[in-house]
Amino acid sequence: MPEVTYLEAIRQALWEEMDQDERVFLLGEDIGAYGGAFKITQGFLEKFGEHRVIDTPLAESGFVGAAIGAALMGMRPVVEMQFADFISCAFDQIVNMAAKHHYRLREPVPMVIRAPYGGRLHAGPFHSQCPEAWFIHSPGLKVVAPSTPYDAKGLLKASIRDPNPVIFCEHKYLYRHAKGEVPNEEYVLPLGRAEVKREGTDITLITYGAMVQQGLEAAEQISGQGIAVELVDLRTLYPLDTETILTSVHKTGKALIVHEAPQVCGIGAEIAAIIAQEAFRSLDAPVMRLTAPHTPVPFSAPLEDFYLPNAAKITAKLKDLASY
Amino acid sequence: MDLPVEDLLTLYYYLRLTRGLEDRVIKMYRQGRILGGCYVSTGEEAISVGSAYALEPQDVIAPSHRDLGAHLVKGILPRSYMAQYLGRRTGLTRGKDGNIHFGDLQHHIIGFISSMADGIPVAAGAALAFKIRREPRIAVAYFGDGASSRGDFHEGLNLAAVLTLPIVFICHNNQYAFSVPLSRQMAVPHVADRAKAYGFPTQIIDGNDILAVYAATRAAAARARSGAGPTFIECKTMRMRGHAEHDDASYVPRELLEEWRERDPILRFEQVLRGRQVPDDRLRAVEARVVHEIEEAITFAEQSPLPDGAEALEGVFAEP
Repeated sequence: MPEVTYLEAIRQALWEEMDQDERVFLLGEDIGAYGGAFKITQGFLEKFGEHRVIDTPLAESGFVGAAIGAALMGMRPVVEMQFADFISCAFDQIVNMAAKHHYRLREPVPMVIRAPYGGRLHAGPFHSQCPEAWFIHSPGLKVVAPSTPYDAKGLLKASIRDPNPVIFCEHKYLYRHAKGEVPNEEYVLPLGRAEVKREGTDITLITYGAMVQQGLEAAEQISGQGIAVELVDLRTLYPLDTETILTSVHKTGKALIVHEAPQVCGIGAEIAAIIAQEAFRSLDAPVMRLTAPHTPVPFSAPLEDFYLPNAAKITAKLKDLASY
Repeated sequence: MDLPVEDLLTLYYYLRLTRGLEDRVIKMYRQGRILGGCYVSTGEEAISVGSAYALEPQDVIAPSHRDLGAHLVKGILPRSYMAQYLGRRTGLTRGKDGNIHFGDLQHHIIGFISSMADGIPVAAGAALAFKIRREPRIAVAYFGDGASSRGDFHEGLNLAAVLTLPIVFICHNNQYAFSVPLSRQMAVPHVADRAKAYGFPTQIIDGNDILAVYAATRAAAARARSGAGPTFIECKTMRMRGHAEHDDASYVPRELLEEWRERDPILRFEQVLRGRQVPDDRLRAVEARVVHEIEEAITFAEQSPLPDGAEALEGVFAEP
């Protein structure tokens, strides 16, 4: 199997879906001649033409609204949000128009919003945010956040084929820092299924996105001390695969949830509540969270390093938890 | 515009049906027989009826909350509308949403939501789909003067302009957005002055003259269908009641309402019909038909079941 970057895997998914389904088209800022801020759609304009690779004005609410309208007419739009941070400009269209439409009228809204998110690139408060919890909290949206090239490709294809609005969170740090094998053959991964990325018996580490790499590194470090960590990669944040989470926690009796988004009302809070309610008798320690603090994402390197969870901080937290 | 008499009578039917349904809903609201708020288009019916009647069956509309007439022209049945108001399972949203918050793609209507102007970029997206697929269809977006202050109005118009989309924008300028008069909504005299910035034709017409609305929409639709891009039509009118029925609109000068009462679109259209020698008994026949259909709709709605509570959990997602 060829080894490709996370970015290349996303590019392949878009290319293949556009190639085999003429309802799929792209819209967003600078995605045409320029090929997108991260160059994911480079070459798409030449291949698919300006009717299917549409550079829009700088108006997120406008082009998200347009994607909703096209989806209602049977198209399968894929919107590129240049940075996930700008998705708030389109919040009303997403949570009021797209998310509630099927509930009210039983008409599908098949669309994907690709949202390049996350930190570790020293890009400051407006190019580093993790907005996933805003959308998990809005009934009617699916939220996907892959951690590997293999998952990114298979889940993006599933998202494009899904009849619902999907917020597809692509971690910017992983674009060029994650490499992995991706088969040449066609494959699609189901939404709503987590994956155990590493098996273990002592502590369940639940995370997603760029924190999977950090978590695997921490698990490796701590394994030398005889602590076997099981890492659950959520992959889809809504619908949440509670079964995989609970199966693992029943086995280990300890859970650490790690995410890069701020802690208050983040998905970690929801998962902790589910575990407390559904796996109380299996627990040998309090459910713990390691997240960003409740501040904007700071710019300067020492500040951002302090802000973000990483392998060393995860290792320390795992040790705390192991001592119970 | 010399429409055949049969078309004129059809327009009269939709005007009377719209007014009649809304008058009944107002009464039912006062009697406590309907759920939630009550939003009507009294005095503005010519805009929604005249414009929707100018379209082809496959054309898509994104109506606003004073466009019941457009819904009816596109095929929404009075009984579905009544059942919607009564929160019944047979309503257009099965009780999930109320009053005029509905749509139906089978009738080429995009569902309206409360965030003003959100339907504008969505209608532009429908037009974009037609353009991509090279279908000879157009989209029409409806909104009021208040909505023209929102970003989605500007983003939608601009997107439609730069992509040369087959769309017509129809503004009900009824001079009040809830309690805020036009002079506090914008510092230019016309909503069309805002639209001019986007580089496509704008037009200001008498929104209480149904034939003027029909003619303007017909021309704009032909232009959109030919590939020449959007047109903006500002229909001057007056909101004759409160924002909703809970609002007595005491902030609107009475003289202004009196002045506009003289320009009632239905009474004016009756004059036109008489001028075309349409016998009065034909008008009375239309009115009788409307009364009958409204009674039938209310009976249907009141006899329809309410949803079961647990149906609240259904339909959040479409099944793959």
